[in-house]
Amino acid sequence: MPNPKPMPHGPRGRIPGKRPDWKSMRPGKILGRLMGYISGIYRIQFVIVLIAILFSSLASVASSLFLRTLIDDYITPVIGQAAPDLAPLTRVLLLMICIYILGMASTYLYSRLMINISQGVLKQVRDEMFAHMQTLPIKYFDTHAHGEMMSRFTNDTDTLRQLISQSIPQMFSSAVMLVSVLISMLALSWQLTLLLGAMLLTMTKATQFIGGRSGRYFIEQQEKLGRVNGYIEEMINGQKVVKVFCHEQAAEQCFDELNDELCDAATRANRFANILMPIMSNLGNLQYVLTAIVGGALAVSGLAPLSLGDIAAFLQLTKSFTMPFTQISQQLNAVVMALAGANRIFQLMDEPPETDGGYVTLVNAAYDENGALRETDARTGIWAWKHPHQDGTLSYTRVRGEVRFYDVDFGYTEDKIVLQNITLYAKPGQKIAFVGSTGAGKTTVTNLINRFYDLADGKIRFDDININKIRKPDLRRALGAVLQDTHLFTGTVMENIRYGRLDASDEEIYAAARLANADGFIRRLPLGYQTMLTSDGEGLSQGQRQLLAIARAAVADPPVLILDEATSSIDTRTEQIVQQGMDHLMEGRTVFVIAHRLSTVRNANAIMVLEHGQIIERGEHDDLIAARGKYYQLYTGALELS
Amino acid sequence: MLKRLSQCIREYRTDTLLSPLFVCLEVAMEVLIPYLMSKMIDNGIHTGDMHYILRLGGVLVVCALLSLLFGAFSGHFAANASAGFARNVRHDMYYNIQDFAFENIDRFSTAGLVTRLTTDVTNLQNAFQMVIRILVRAPVMLVSSLLMAFRVNSRLALTFLAAAPVLALGMAAIIHWAFPNFQKMFDCYDRLNSVVQENVTAMRVVKAYVREPREIQKFQHASGEIYRYSKAAECVVVFNAPLMQLCMYGCMMGLSWFGAQFIITGSMRTGELMTMFTYTMQILMSLMMISMIFVMLTMSRASAERIVEVLNEKSRLTNGAQPLTDVPDGSIRFDHVDFSYSSGAAHKCLDDICLDIRPGETIGIIGGTGSAKSTLVQLIPRLYDVSGGSVQVGGHDVRSYDIETLRSEVAMVLQKNTLFSGTIKENLRWGDASASDAELVRVCKLAQADDFIRTFPNGYDTQIDQGGANVSGGQRQRLCIARALLKKPKILILDDSTSAVDTKTDAMIRRAFREEIPDTTKLIIAQRISSVEQADRIIVLDDGRVAGFGTPAEMLANNHIYQEVYHSQLKGGAQDAES
Repeated sequence: MPNPKPMPHGPRGRIPGKRPDWKSMRPGKILGRLMGYISGIYRIQFVIVLIAILFSSLASVASSLFLRTLIDDYITPVIGQAAPDLAPLTRVLLLMICIYILGMASTYLYSRLMINISQGVLKQVRDEMFAHMQTLPIKYFDTHAHGEMMSRFTNDTDTLRQLISQSIPQMFSSAVMLVSVLISMLALSWQLTLLLGAMLLTMTKATQFIGGRSGRYFIEQQEKLGRVNGYIEEMINGQKVVKVFCHEQAAEQCFDELNDELCDAATRANRFANILMPIMSNLGNLQYVLTAIVGGALAVSGLAPLSLGDIAAFLQLTKSFTMPFTQISQQLNAVVMALAGANRIFQLMDEPPETDGGYVTLVNAAYDENGALRETDARTGIWAWKHPHQDGTLSYTRVRGEVRFYDVDFGYTEDKIVLQNITLYAKPGQKIAFVGSTGAGKTTVTNLINRFYDLADGKIRFDDININKIRKPDLRRALGAVLQDTHLFTGTVMENIRYGRLDASDEEIYAAARLANADGFIRRLPLGYQTMLTSDGEGLSQGQRQLLAIARAAVADPPVLILDEATSSIDTRTEQIVQQGMDHLMEGRTVFVIAHRLSTVRNANAIMVLEHGQIIERGEHDDLIAARGKYYQLYTGALELS
Repeated sequence: MLKRLSQCIREYRTDTLLSPLFVCLEVAMEVLIPYLMSKMIDNGIHTGDMHYILRLGGVLVVCALLSLLFGAFSGHFAANASAGFARNVRHDMYYNIQDFAFENIDRFSTAGLVTRLTTDVTNLQNAFQMVIRILVRAPVMLVSSLLMAFRVNSRLALTFLAAAPVLALGMAAIIHWAFPNFQKMFDCYDRLNSVVQENVTAMRVVKAYVREPREIQKFQHASGEIYRYSKAAECVVVFNAPLMQLCMYGCMMGLSWFGAQFIITGSMRTGELMTMFTYTMQILMSLMMISMIFVMLTMSRASAERIVEVLNEKSRLTNGAQPLTDVPDGSIRFDHVDFSYSSGAAHKCLDDICLDIRPGETIGIIGGTGSAKSTLVQLIPRLYDVSGGSVQVGGHDVRSYDIETLRSEVAMVLQKNTLFSGTIKENLRWGDASASDAELVRVCKLAQADDFIRTFPNGYDTQIDQGGANVSGGQRQRLCIARALLKKPKILILDDSTSAVDTKTDAMIRRAFREEIPDTTKLIIAQRISSVEQADRIIVLDDGRVAGFGTPAEMLANNHIYQEVYHSQLKGGAQDAES
């Protein structure tokens, strides 16, 4: 079993994601980082977008101011004339048409460019996030719910789309409109503008209050959605068990509870969002009435130099003022959600990656005429460790497959040591078997060889090189693994086997499949090697999946093999044949094997009996049987071997 | 599609109806307010009549407050209705999934179902809210504004009629071109999801083979596809805004030109032109809203289709007209049974199987990988229906039973078994929700699980992680057996359920079965000869056919496959453990 034992979870399993910490989120910083993506690649495009938005907003401001000019300057003067001169009118209309065309073109331009930017940024964020995820240590995957990681690539990234493609342009255009209208207002009457300012403050407060509430509820909604997501994922994965136990009703009940919670959160969130709009627009209306009354009073009392026409014009502007303001407040929800999404994305991106201080690399090598090892590009079948030294010289060591453990201690967490004082060696070509009861640390030992986890103390040397000095990818390439849980990928059978070595020819793949005895069943599949596998090899039996995993390891052709209970689900007949293939595969390689079956460990060069993280017995089969110790007990079935 | 979805409104009908009603009232106020405002300017401000301003101001304040109230109510009801609607959609989908047969489950991927139940439903919820609020608001606004416009000046209002077809055609074109791309985009999302899911679950494989670069490449391909199709779709949608502006600005120009001439010739007053402009704005704004809604609806149509697909998926297995609710005994009969997973497949998984099993018998089933052992036993609790022939339990065709009755009498421990997050107790009680603690201990002793459970600090209250990740394979299998035993079934099927259990414990489990539940018919699929050699009879399967059926002694005497397996394991030394 995978030994990293995750922390106990709540009764309904994993709650995807930490509770988003509303307070600790630093919106400015997140927004800044996001803008970094935009200005990074799309700096010029973004500047053009801003300019285009400016034109587009100005065109629409112009159209709202145009009416008064039209009536006052072009229509009123010619009213009643017998032969009115329509030329100025035609001219101004043509001018407006030009402005409008410019406005339309700008609108199209910025929307179109914004697609490039938003989709480009999304792709980049996704790609970067995924690339970063690949560098994270295994520990991260042990301790985080998978569904939650998935949702960062879809749900969270999508909130960014809304922000970049809609909220940012709209808020900018609204701001432009606000400023230009404000300037026109100031020109008309500073007193009334002051009044407007006071009203504006109230509106801002209302937005803050409602927007804040609704933002919080939206985040709550996302959280509940995550919970539903987690529950569905787990239950649907086990749906067949649910059916076999007629457990549908209980599953439905549990689902209903979560569904109701989600519904409540969604209702609250939407309610506040929905109410915001009428409040804003009617505060605008109240503002209008107030302006009319105060303006009227000012004009009538003569306290301010205001003409009645000015007040009428000001009132007109008041209307154009509230609209962009409402639009901004409407975008706030989207912004809050996007920031929460971005926060989660950046959290993942900021996870410290797997450390790799290695500098020794694995290269193809050949012997030159002097019998010295030389690096080559061709695949020679001979591998060498390329070891750069401090004085700048290089030395090559042929990969032999010798692995030695020196007093290795290890714990998944610092306070709990899982392995203690492990010292062992495997000479090239030897087969080392690990046996012991559950939790004894067998899997852990093999996880240390390929540096899935780092040692707490002691060291492991591979061909006399401390594995900490070997670059992880190179180290792992030197190790083949058939892991406990077989995982296959969406793709053809061929592609799945080729996963072991990407440049393997078709012939090599057939050979590997034959070696693993997988060739027979593959050829019986509807499309043979071209059969598509989906959903982790659904439709294949456990045994068939394992055969494919073995073939995958065979095609990789590594000097050292790790077999983790690889043959546990293959029927004995098939296993016999696989075993023969495996024997071929193991020839000339160092093999670490963890197996249920004593028949597979019997012919090992050395057997390590692990208990509570320590090697309590070691030796060959016959010696251990003669010793009548733990191995004898395990072998005779007195203890469970798993 | 709409019909099926509208069935999900149910108890939220009142909210769904009240919301548009209040929207209408709100719109009425919104049409009234500008009218009053223009009056205030014309009759109040322009004449400097403070008294009039105050009086009308008061009326306006009341109107604004009413409008706010109506708006708030409509928002409130809309939120209730849409969230409730989404809740019901999820509810219906999930309940329907619970009714799925194995065949249906095989059709949908887990990731796909999760997306449909979450992302797609959220899309639909937003669309629904938009329909009951804005889709009501916009046309009401449009019609009332149009009416007012025609009242003010019908000749001038004809300008709108010129703009309407342009807008309609443009919008239709946008939807027509954008929709297919949106649909492709959603499929790409599924693919992206599956790439991430596979990557995350198979992380150890990825790292062990140093395939990070290849995984990144795969992911970039998937994200590139999303990029491509969303861009293609949005590039079409982007014409929406300029199109709207074209119509709006066009109308304004038309109004200005003709309006100016009317005014000059004295057939219209300036105030009327002002009002026409206001209505132009309102009409076009509502048209814009409608067009926006159509774009959003277009996007959610893809979601709706995916949801309805789940809702309309009919379980392939249904109860007969008058299902039997009692299984008389644990006898099993296969009568010329044929089976294949997909109809029309050339290769039959099971071919002409005839078997007769008496109640209380212990039957061992062995056969090579892919010989259809699991398929054979899955027909007994009717997880799949036969393609030909019939399977009978207790003397009746399994199709004549009530499915729940059948499955509670036929307990099956699946090969790919799952524990769920929760305590051990909770997991065990899947077998029988009302089982007492003593009962749990009893079945766990039978399944040889009691001992190891007691070694856990929290015993039976130990928390199990998703999928049973924190117990060993052998422990998981024994818990699954205990869970099945709790059903007190007449037939117990173990599909390779002790493969990770050591031979001694395996033997103890079988002994417990023999002694404690002698009347239960037991079918044991195993790889180990030791697991089946004490069975009453053994079925040897080979490539979907029965290659032998008889007592272990008979099999050893004349079945070639059995002999081969027997001798191979004898040589392997596994028999040592049995002795």
